[in-house]
Amino acid sequence: MGYAYYPGCSLHGTAKEYDMSSRACLDFLGIQYRELPDWSCCGASSAHSVDHTLAVSLPARNLTLAEQMNLPLMTPCAACYSRLRGAHHALRSDPGLAKKVLTVLGSEYKGRYEPLSILDVLYQYGPEAVGEKVTKKLKELRVACYYGCLLLRPPDYAKFDDPENPGKMERLVETTGASAVDWPHRTECCGASLSLSDTKLVVSLATSIVDMAVRHGAECIVTACPMCQANLDMRQRGRTKLPVYYVTELLGLAFGLEPKRLGLTTHMVNAISLLRAKQLA
Amino acid sequence: MIRVGVFVCWCGSNIAGTVDVGKVAEEAARIPGVVHVEQNKYTCSDPGQDSIRKAIKEHRLDRVVVAACSPRMHENTFRKCAASAGLNPYLVEMANIREHCSWVHSDMSVSTPKAVDIVRRAVAKVKRCVPLHPSTIPVEKRALVIGGGIAGIQAALDIAEAGYDVTVVEREPTIGGRMAQLDKTFPTLDCSSCILTPKMVDAASHPGIRILTYAEVEEISGYVGNFEVRVRKRARSVDEARCTACGICILKCPTSRDSEFNMGLGTRKAIYMPFPQAVPNKPTIDREICRHFTAGKCGICQKVCPSGAVDFSQEDQVLTEKFGAVVAATGATQFSVEVYGEYGYGRYPDVITGLELERLISSTGPTDGKIRRPSDGKIPKTVVFIKCVGSRDENKGYPYCSKACCMYTAKHAILLKEKIPSASAYVFYMDVRAGGKDYEEFYKRSQEMGTRYVRGRVSRIYPLDGKLIVQGEDTLLGERVEVEADLVVLAAAMVPQPDAPEMARKLGISYNQYGFFSEAHPKLRPVETNTAGVFLAGTCQGPKDIPETVAQASAAAAKVISLFAKSELSTNPNVASVDESLCSGCLWCSNVCPYKAIEEKIITERAGKETVTRTVASVNTGLCQGCGACTVACRDGAMNLLGFTNEQILAEVEALCL
Amino acid sequence: MNHLNLSRYEGEWLSFAQTVEAEGGKKVLSCYQCGKCSAGCPLSFAMEQQPHQVMRMVQLGLSDRALQSPTIWRCAGCFTCTTRCPRGVDIAGVMSALRVIALARNVRTSRRAQAFHKVFLSLIKRYGRINEFELVVRYKLASMNLFQDLDLGLRMFMQGKLKPPRGIAGVRQVRALFRHEKGGGKRSGLRLLPGLQLTRHREGV
Ligand SMILES: Cc1cc2nc3c(=O)[nH]c(=O)nc-3n(C[C@H](O)[C@H](O)[C@H](O)COP(=O)(O)OP(=O)(O)OC[C@H]3O[C@@H](n4cnc5c(N)ncnc54)[C@H](O)[C@@H]3O)c2cc1C
Ligand code: SF4
Ligand code: SF4
Ligand code: SF4
Repeated sequence: MGYAYYPGCSLHGTAKEYDMSSRACLDFLGIQYRELPDWSCCGASSAHSVDHTLAVSLPARNLTLAEQMNLPLMTPCAACYSRLRGAHHALRSDPGLAKKVLTVLGSEYKGRYEPLSILDVLYQYGPEAVGEKVTKKLKELRVACYYGCLLLRPPDYAKFDDPENPGKMERLVETTGASAVDWPHRTECCGASLSLSDTKLVVSLATSIVDMAVRHGAECIVTACPMCQANLDMRQRGRTKLPVYYVTELLGLAFGLEPKRLGLTTHMVNAISLLRAKQLA
Repeated sequence: MIRVGVFVCWCGSNIAGTVDVGKVAEEAARIPGVVHVEQNKYTCSDPGQDSIRKAIKEHRLDRVVVAACSPRMHENTFRKCAASAGLNPYLVEMANIREHCSWVHSDMSVSTPKAVDIVRRAVAKVKRCVPLHPSTIPVEKRALVIGGGIAGIQAALDIAEAGYDVTVVEREPTIGGRMAQLDKTFPTLDCSSCILTPKMVDAASHPGIRILTYAEVEEISGYVGNFEVRVRKRARSVDEARCTACGICILKCPTSRDSEFNMGLGTRKAIYMPFPQAVPNKPTIDREICRHFTAGKCGICQKVCPSGAVDFSQEDQVLTEKFGAVVAATGATQFSVEVYGEYGYGRYPDVITGLELERLISSTGPTDGKIRRPSDGKIPKTVVFIKCVGSRDENKGYPYCSKACCMYTAKHAILLKEKIPSASAYVFYMDVRAGGKDYEEFYKRSQEMGTRYVRGRVSRIYPLDGKLIVQGEDTLLGERVEVEADLVVLAAAMVPQPDAPEMARKLGISYNQYGFFSEAHPKLRPVETNTAGVFLAGTCQGPKDIPETVAQASAAAAKVISLFAKSELSTNPNVASVDESLCSGCLWCSNVCPYKAIEEKIITERAGKETVTRTVASVNTGLCQGCGACTVACRDGAMNLLGFTNEQILAEVEALCL
Repeated sequence: MNHLNLSRYEGEWLSFAQTVEAEGGKKVLSCYQCGKCSAGCPLSFAMEQQPHQVMRMVQLGLSDRALQSPTIWRCAGCFTCTTRCPRGVDIAGVMSALRVIALARNVRTSRRAQAFHKVFLSLIKRYGRINEFELVVRYKLASMNLFQDLDLGLRMFMQGKLKPPRGIAGVRQVRALFRHEKGGGKRSGLRLLPGLQLTRHREGV
């Protein structure tokens, strides 16, 4: 069995540490996966603002490719997760649109498997089981889990967790021995999609989110979205700067993997010094 | 020779506006058997009915067709009219050319021929009508009231005052319902207990009223005038006759849990009275937590009771009794506001519901009437009220308006100001629905006392540094606003009791998509149901406040009283009837009958020279409601519904299709 | 200044809402102006017209105002509004529908946002995937916003995060999806940059 692995464009570029750490964690846990061959961009960020059909058809190509492999499609990227699930939902609920899109692609789509986030996959593996594999406890590390938007909203199809009061990421992170702080901005939007076109605004959003985490005693932020990671990492301007990790980076550390193999050296806000100070890296 | 008269109605422009009435009359005259046709502007009016009576006499009519509105509207009117002219009322047939025709079409060239068809159908049927005669049944002149909130109490008092016996069945250990939990009531701000408690005592001491608390209705069978009801009175483990309500048992009991009456804001003992003015004023043992029942230990209450009233061996009592009428007054409950994750009820202790605030304001409440916030007992300085939580929200709650919350929120803001003059109150609202006598004035009073009304919904609440940050929109400013609150009060929707569908099934009545019981007609029969003899009072029928609840309860009582004023009831003669010569005795009909009205009967008859006995179906006309299910189920065609016989229905089909 | 004469918009009253629905903006006519969408919108502080006000414009058929509102480009598509709307209005969907329509009708309000989307899609069309390096460079050229984030870009380049583009094998199939973009609508090429063929509709959607 296993999964079809869809990295998405960001993970081949600015979020390469997410790709590295995801693969490292999956390998370590012995979860089988194969990269979706010849995958294409899911159109996130733009397609839905330009053409309703394109927003479905771009991800649809990848969905049909995965179906041909007869494997559930899994992606670390929250934006891709959202687009893939949105398309999956549309293809199954709008026969007219489905026909239009699938004719061009020349394939069928039954939609047997729902597209998953890597967090779903880790969660299916089981937080307890993940915890058993932890060799290096990230004790005394206080993290703020940040879900952002796309894993949770719109709840019609993004069903990772309760949209208003999620908790799955905390459960995963706490298996590493770190403690998750209770803070209010876990699902507030950081404005990542406007990062290039409306930078000033985004700076204020990112800064207020990071500040809120600081106010609640967090030493770092954890996320599962390359857009959020990049945005919070690059755009925070608060007095205290927090490193922003991917879930898989922290898990990898707790599994005892090499920080370099996890891509921890390629962050904007230094991701290593906090770990050094805590003697975790 | 059959002589049919057809009366075509204009219904003002309701029918004549879209149907060519003249043409319909003309065509009707050509139908074989029709000897007289006339048109009327309003056939149901006095002159209209007169002309029917006259025509019956002058033209010696023995059948009448009225082509007008739905039979639900005026069938009775025209039956009475025919009867007054000496014709059997069941020889009248309605042709519904309004609801089924003029109201649903706009094109006269379509609706006129359709109306003619409808009349043709009615004539075909009426020619096969035979005179029918209602029979009579006696009435058991005792009423059952289910639910002892203000609705049930009021209905019971009114019925008993008219001289009839009433039994009130209440599920909780005391009567009083929601109203007992309230502090003061809008729009007059009189104290709820001061107006409710006397009524509770009146009901308890009225010789005509028997109150069964801690009791539930298990089954209802029978029909109007003759219901048979099974009630289970749960063991309260206290002998009500011996108990003097000294309360020492409660004082000494070591076990406690969250008090339902105080909405979980305080505790109560395992042996308890929900509140000091409870009626009956006798304690009850909650066997779920009592240590005698859970662990076989303790028994302190029994030891301390000076009158030996505690009885652990008491058992549930099951009573089966006859009643002539039933009033459903089972009330409503509160929406589970936890559903709104963005408001954090259940996670943030200082986010509470309106009912919880009532308990915090009430001097019999857990804080002795001091408004303190649950988290740390501090007196709140800034209180935010959020209206329509679970109401007017098809996404997370119900689409309807809960009707009482606009006013009770205004009340809460006023009471807050009275108790804590320095406090500030914000009300996030979408509309202020203050349609009631003195209601708008009451709202204005709340505004003038300094309540800040902010028009918009709240999107989210989160805690920060000991405050609750309330994030809302002022749609009038077009700006997002924030309030730093100490306490947030959610006006939770009024929703049907979770067991309402089950209760409806027991009562044989219907309910709407949410679970509120359905009245027979939203305007003209607001307290009756579609089952004769079952009436509705209070919030079980839909959200309402106390004045409306009481008015409806008195209306339901009036209906019961007028039912009991008759010594006998005439029954509907449109019941099933068996042609015994065709019946093969398979009794399939008795399987499908929802009213258990079909019994088996053994008949003896002669076949040639021998006498044989065989089984046939037999209809209990008292129970039969005329639904017709059996006539469809019968393979032999032996079952007929009088007034809707197989022959009549086929004749109608033929008239329409051939 | 003239008062807003609603009668003049009667013609568009329903049709505009229907156009918006067809582009995925569901149930906009059900909005009862409670403002819960605006109250939770992370960007409403930077919006001159609040999200609920944009819903109102669509309801009244004020298409010109809705399409010219900078709000539709400020919206980050976070779906907070849609998640909480008590009337089930897909506000984020309406916003994106309005962007689609604005682009199709060539209503230009936010040069930068529009340039971003155009560049983004053109890259998918060209390579089948997004190359963030080329995305940023081309976007900067298109938006005349050359110097912002230069330092960040440089650092990323050094970290090997910005790599030169490479196309995928199935790029023809991806392009076919673009051709399918709008059934039958007339289109004309818009040249933003040499080598970039962009699509826009001359007619309204
Ligand atoms: C916070 C709040 C404040 C309010 N303030 C005001 C106000 O100031 N003024 C005003 O006019 N109105 C007010 N109201 C509205 C008022 O409470 C209701 O209109 C009124 O209580 C309805 O009475 P009821 O008898 O219909 O229902 P309830 O009071 O709910 O009584 C129903 C009774 O039936 C019992 N029951 C339920 N199911 C069964 C069953 N299956 N078998 C036996 N018994 C059963 C229940 O235990 C209960 O005792 C307020 C409501 C709330 C929530
Ligand atoms: S009565 Fe007022 S607060 Fe209650 S649901 Fe209706 S409008 Fe909302
Ligand atoms: S939340 Fe929904 S109903 Fe309320 S203003 Fe926004 S779109 Fe309208
Ligand atoms: S989707 Fe857009 S309008 Fe809605 S809350 Fe997010 S940014 Fe605001």
